[in-house]
Amino acid sequence: MDEIKNKIVDILKDVTGLDDAGSDADQDLFKDGVLDSMATVEVLVTLQDTFGIQVPVSEFDRSQWSTVNKIAQRVQELE
Amino acid sequence: MNNITPYSSPHYFIYLLLLLLPIMIGLWFGKRLHIYDFFATVVILWITFFGGNMSQGISLIFYILYEMLLVFIYLSYRKKHNNFWIFTMFVVLAIIPLVFVKLDPLLKNATISLFGFMGISYLTFKAVEIIMEIRDGAIKNIKPYEFVRFLLFFPTISSGPIDRFRRFQKDVLKVPSRDEYIELLHSGVNKLMQGLAYKFIIGYFFGTLLLPKIQILTLSYRGETPFGISWALVTYMYVYSMYLFFDFAGYSLFAVSISNFMGIKTPMNFKAPFKSKNIKDFWNRWHITLSFWFRDFIYMRLMFTMIKHKWIKNRVHIANFGYLTLFLIMGFWHGETWYYIVYGLFHAFAMITNDAWLRFKKRHRKSIPSNKFTHAFAVFLTFNVVCFSFMIFSGILDKLWF
Repeated sequence: MDEIKNKIVDILKDVTGLDDAGSDADQDLFKDGVLDSMATVEVLVTLQDTFGIQVPVSEFDRSQWSTVNKIAQRVQELE
Repeated sequence: MNNITPYSSPHYFIYLLLLLLPIMIGLWFGKRLHIYDFFATVVILWITFFGGNMSQGISLIFYILYEMLLVFIYLSYRKKHNNFWIFTMFVVLAIIPLVFVKLDPLLKNATISLFGFMGISYLTFKAVEIIMEIRDGAIKNIKPYEFVRFLLFFPTISSGPIDRFRRFQKDVLKVPSRDEYIELLHSGVNKLMQGLAYKFIIGYFFGTLLLPKIQILTLSYRGETPFGISWALVTYMYVYSMYLFFDFAGYSLFAVSISNFMGIKTPMNFKAPFKSKNIKDFWNRWHITLSFWFRDFIYMRLMFTMIKHKWIKNRVHIANFGYLTLFLIMGFWHGETWYYIVYGLFHAFAMITNDAWLRFKKRHRKSIPSNKFTHAFAVFLTFNVVCFSFMIFSGILDKLWF
């Protein structure tokens, strides 16, 4: 699980260009403006490539993908 | 008797509240009266679409049958196959009636729009959402009556807010507890009162009392000054913007309020849009269910495809291309006149500029001040950019120039 989280934080830093992106695993990434639509799609595509999971856009319910912890949980379920 | 536009007259509210009473009593005692709900829907739709001229109502029936046929053929197809082009074909077929309605005014003496009725846009958004989610596998099963109930949910039928099928189902399939229902009634009454103040007091003041007078004054400068520009036009811009907001936000509050009375938490359409700190923020606060629909079903899907297939390398170009596509479609959706399309382009460029500024700000975070004055300036600037775009949208320039 920790490995998944670390990878997700790396992806977030990479996509947003922010050094502190995802440093708080419970931070709401949408509310705090870390992720906009474009960045979200980039994260989604990268997650698919990194973990080999399929996330259809309509399965992407923002409330379920809003923090590093939640993303890690979803990735684990889909893996 | 004539067709009654929803929420436009005291009659409508009286009929509506009388019809709602059994539903509310049922919910109070923990029951959803499905057969009565259906009856109430038929009565309300009758008042709205069959009151005078029946053609709207007949269009509505054929439209629903047509969309239902599409959705269920696609659903049975999708259980076995998943071809991109078949999916695209079904989306196009679902949109065609709306496209015809929008193109109709362009063609002289020809009526190609078989399905013209109030609210066709909003029903089409819902139908397309269902087809897209069936493709994604998010909707695995849907029964004909569930489809019809979702599309014909009368509080939102004429102008939204645009709910989502799975969210709507979650509410319909359960009965709120007494405490939850009391809270919904409380919120419903508040929204009803706020809506009345917005639409029939403030909206009426700006739209019915002020706007026509200022329009006459504005148009009196036609040919008198370069491009007819005057202080009257500036005033028109603000008055029109206020009217547009209070009228539509008022209507949306009614729709959410009546939904709440029926135990349905229809999403809100506005969230203090004039407090937006930039144009992106604005689109998260203005006509929210529409902009989120465009975001989820056009913008994000387009971005997803483009990034996945690496059609364009540069992510800034991809995002900008997405904005242009999205806002042009939104412009064309509003209507096939030059000012709606310019309105769309204007917002696309505003978004592109905003993104460029945010990138610049990110690089120079330390040297750009950020305090309550810069925030106030940002809100002021956004407000004026938005009002300017509404002036384009209003069509006043068309009257002034052509």
